[in-house]
Amino acid sequence: MSEVKLTVNGREVSRDVEDRTLLVSFLREELGLTGTHVGCDTSQCGACTVHVDGKAVKSCTVFAVQMDGASVTTIEGLASGATLHPMQEAFRNNHGLQCGFCTPGMIMMGVDIVKRHPEGLDDTTIRKELEGNICRCTGYHNIVKAISAAAKEMSTPAMAAE
Amino acid sequence: MYATNYAKATSLEDAVAKLQAAEDGKFLGGGQTLIATMKQRLAAPSDVIDVTKIPELKGITVDADTVTIGAATIHSEVASSKEIAAAIPALSGLAGTIGDPAVRNMGTMGGVLANNDPAADYPAAAMALDAVIHTSKGSYPATEYFTGMFETALDDDEIITKITYQIPLKAAYEKFRNPASRYSLCSVFVAVLKNGEPRVAVTGSGNDGVFRVGAMEEALKSNFAPEAVTGIAVDPETMLADIHGSAEYRAHLVSVLAGRAVAKAG
Amino acid sequence: MGVQGIGARLVRKEDQRFITGSGRYTDDISERHMTTAVFLRSPHAHAKIASMDIAAAKTMPGVIAVITGQDIIDGGIGDLICGWMIHSKDGSPMKMSPYKVMDPDTVRYVGQPVAMVVAETKAQAVDAAEAIEIDYQTLPALTDFAHAMDEGAPQVHEVAPNNLICDWQLGDEAATDAAFASAAHVVEVDIRNNRLVPSAIEPRAAVASYNAAEDHYTLYTTSQNPHVARLVLSAFYNVAPEHKLRVVAPDVGGGFGSKIYIYPEEIACLFASRTVKRPVKWTADRSESFMTDAHGRDHVTKAKLALDADYKFLGLKVDTIANIGAYMSLFSSATPTYLYATLLSGQYNLPNIYANVKLVYSHTTPVDAYRGAGRPEATFVVERIVEVTARKLGISPVELRRRNFITAFPHQTPVLMNYDPSDFPGLLTKALEVIDYDNYPARKAQSEADGKLRGIGFSCYIEACGIAPSQAVGSLGAGVGLWESAEIRVNPVGTIEILTGSHSHGQGHETTFTQVVAERFGIPNENIQIVHGDTDKVQFGMGTYGSRSGPVGMGAIAKALDKVEKKAKLLAGHLMEADPDDIVIENGELKVAGTDKKLAWHEVSLAAYVAHNLPEGMEPGLTEKSFYDPANFTFPAGAFICEVEIDPGTGVTRIANFVAVDDFGVIINPLVVEGQVHGGLAQGIGQALLEGCVYDDAGQLITASYMDYCVPRADDLPSFALDHLEIANPSNPLGIKGCGEAGAIGAPPAVINAITDALGTENIIMPATPEKVWRAAQAARPQLAAE
Repeated sequence: MSEVKLTVNGREVSRDVEDRTLLVSFLREELGLTGTHVGCDTSQCGACTVHVDGKAVKSCTVFAVQMDGASVTTIEGLASGATLHPMQEAFRNNHGLQCGFCTPGMIMMGVDIVKRHPEGLDDTTIRKELEGNICRCTGYHNIVKAISAAAKEMSTPAMAAE
Repeated sequence: MYATNYAKATSLEDAVAKLQAAEDGKFLGGGQTLIATMKQRLAAPSDVIDVTKIPELKGITVDADTVTIGAATIHSEVASSKEIAAAIPALSGLAGTIGDPAVRNMGTMGGVLANNDPAADYPAAAMALDAVIHTSKGSYPATEYFTGMFETALDDDEIITKITYQIPLKAAYEKFRNPASRYSLCSVFVAVLKNGEPRVAVTGSGNDGVFRVGAMEEALKSNFAPEAVTGIAVDPETMLADIHGSAEYRAHLVSVLAGRAVAKAG
Repeated sequence: MGVQGIGARLVRKEDQRFITGSGRYTDDISERHMTTAVFLRSPHAHAKIASMDIAAAKTMPGVIAVITGQDIIDGGIGDLICGWMIHSKDGSPMKMSPYKVMDPDTVRYVGQPVAMVVAETKAQAVDAAEAIEIDYQTLPALTDFAHAMDEGAPQVHEVAPNNLICDWQLGDEAATDAAFASAAHVVEVDIRNNRLVPSAIEPRAAVASYNAAEDHYTLYTTSQNPHVARLVLSAFYNVAPEHKLRVVAPDVGGGFGSKIYIYPEEIACLFASRTVKRPVKWTADRSESFMTDAHGRDHVTKAKLALDADYKFLGLKVDTIANIGAYMSLFSSATPTYLYATLLSGQYNLPNIYANVKLVYSHTTPVDAYRGAGRPEATFVVERIVEVTARKLGISPVELRRRNFITAFPHQTPVLMNYDPSDFPGLLTKALEVIDYDNYPARKAQSEADGKLRGIGFSCYIEACGIAPSQAVGSLGAGVGLWESAEIRVNPVGTIEILTGSHSHGQGHETTFTQVVAERFGIPNENIQIVHGDTDKVQFGMGTYGSRSGPVGMGAIAKALDKVEKKAKLLAGHLMEADPDDIVIENGELKVAGTDKKLAWHEVSLAAYVAHNLPEGMEPGLTEKSFYDPANFTFPAGAFICEVEIDPGTGVTRIANFVAVDDFGVIINPLVVEGQVHGGLAQGIGQALLEGCVYDDAGQLITASYMDYCVPRADDLPSFALDHLEIANPSNPLGIKGCGEAGAIGAPPAVINAITDALGTENIIMPATPEKVWRAAQAARPQLAAE
């Protein structure tokens, strides 16, 4: 057992957990943040993607204790109060989700992709960047559209400042 | 996953001491392979010792002839480093093909080289760029470091600290992915070292792990052109085979991709 | 939002919770004192269980119970069943073997559950499962199902000699043989329809809780049809009578057929909850999903097509062996028979068809309906043989199709179906326009200049959706009716709840169903709520599969709306002293036509509930129900064109262009319908290029994770070009035909036709992996492949 202290969605949390506890289990079971999903056991589907210190990480393949002291953002913490993140809005407006199970991971990865490509994004790049996120419903067509639309929205000065 | 104890090492000495004190300890880099394996219950270390915070394992330095990268450097850092891109663009390009963006934010160069998965990418770069693998106990030229599939020259309590790559005259990496896992099914790193020596290293395909193709290197000495290598066949007997690619197919890909890498290197 | 009726491109209401991480899937549910279950599974494809020792496991930390197959039998739980009876051509019924929740004696596929551990935590349960000792006596396994009936093949079940479940036929064999005897041309093809894993991204899960005080069970589960689950759990598996069992399917993360069925795990969780008197949760790992979710497809087929001298089709003869796996899953008998052979006429005048399907057991995971279910297999047979025929006879595949399209409706095929109107030539014409077929030669030339091979392939599919009418499916052996129900509950304030037996696992019902009501009454969509997925809340329903929620589910809503509308008009007429026939409903108001008299919708609904002034004999309230049983199957159809570009050096195939032009009848929400097509195309392209289950000779599933089973990633797929014709379905109250499966049905032959066109060989077995394509290219054009 170890004590794990994290900042999750801006809130400091601390729990005593077994060392083998994965970050995703910590989020879902200890904190009740069930928006982060588990869709595979081999680090491939990306449904568990969260941000650790601002970078996309698969929370199913890191120990919670390994992240001690880090700042974690999950899908529940992406919106600013009632104002959704542009990536969330874009997924809705472009019908970038169907069953919704891969969606939190897709949105978190989408934000990461846009951040890493301030030069702008074409569809080929978006598809390549989604290599670690599997969706079985949408055929990705509208996910690509959503990320593309959000990238444009996020590049406006107000968002870029964040 | 079986129960395990996690500890963060603060120094090389601390890491080694912790490992030696453990019943069946393992060093933990980014965990993108080890944790995945532990989840499948295929690995059951009593202790995992996180080496990623050790200062000696950090940092990227570039001089006139070499690029040296700390073993705890994550793939995304290698992929996005302007210094590396300027010196060896093929290496940063390779780093950008490992796993996926989230995996690249955790996985480390040292972790990849210590594990020596036959489908990993860095071993090809290490072999082609005449790398030296520095460890807590000494150093190894790449050609002596990789000793077989998942086998290296490392002792159990030996930690990779940094890796020094020769800056080549030119280099290119052609990666052919396993369509499902996205690991290398067959990938070829071609380089011309500053001494004019061509190197061709193949990963993903060899049944003994990463390997160099001597015949291609020889042919490229006199004619650095795709047609110099595309006609050279490697022996399918030395190739891996699985549902994604037979030995014969992999052997064929070595020739095709070597030609493309040569073309890309220019 | 306002009033968004039929045809509006309305963004989805349900998305708010999914994009904020507030969805509620089964694994998100935690109950007080909940325990966790894991299953110990067979590592062997075929073995006798000589002994099982659970003593050590029972004493492990945190373990509450270890439950064996014998415990479940002793607890009075019944066997799983296949709910659709079919008969062999000699009239004998299919040979269904007992399918136990956990067979205590014999295992017949890798992953079959053999024991269950209930513990405080999952980690403890996994540790204990590992401590169960089983002595297996392994037996030879049958995985090559094409040879299931061979002399000496390992036998899966005693009840089915030679592993043959049913030797089924459809059509007139003598007439078809006569057609072949008179034919000018006969073309034959050998086809293998590859075995697929549905792979919904949410793994299956269950939370079962037994309330001893009330002797009542609640099951939260990943189901496409909670009422059917409850019926089967109650009537066949003896878990509890229906009124003592509530089944809830909360948010469900994709299904594609795999979540229709009732699996051993849900039953075991219910049993375990009664045993340990605490709630029990089980969530599948992905590897468990691969091993135990019902797989799809898996046919080998020989087909031949007879044509006259003018290239008119005379007859089609099809011989198929269909792999059912180790046990007969819930609808496994219907999928390769009535959902398959009835579509072998395709879009064509085909006067004579005869199909023989042999359903066989094997030591593999049970096989059942997966997106399209039988219809992709039929479409693949028809559209491959048509394309091959065109090439062999030297006629354009477009022209050959045009010569044989059905153009007069209704059209009775020789294989039971009676097609409602569509426009098959018009669909193909539009698809050719969208893909810019006239400039295809220039694109091909450019590819060749780049050292690539380019090919184009066509697929003109038709499917039968709804899987109703009930009387028709009943006559074919279905154990249930396949109608759908709806209740329209108008509240006193005028807001509306739609209680539907359909269940969304991504299809967007919470949005599209409101559009039907908004259209009818002119009330805002935000005032309309969908209630589904809970047997305590919703009247009986048949659930969502077979592209049925549109045509049948919304059909039921339309019928219930008729009744609400009639009563509201009666009441409004009474209140405004007008003839009810003169009342019109628009913009949320009930008006007396030709006057300025009107009442707001909420005034009428309130009047219905306060009941101070109702017409003579009218009951209070404004709630109506309908059980809608369609008059016919529905027949979506479309024309798909695929262009591929192949790298002959590596064999990698890139989808360069993909056009889908569909006729889904009336479209309720184009945004949602397009999404359904995209997803179907991805799965169809996945089948053609990437996906395929592989078992080794010992029956081990090699493709048991995403490391080896290749589901499409974003960079495997193109952006799709879609268009449609909207030809209303006269047999449906809303004119709907259905759209959920079309992409998966039509895409595989389009892709394979394109690849074989590029390669100049017909010899490609799905999935067309790079190595297979490289080998085919080498065989067909050695000079190219050597480059």
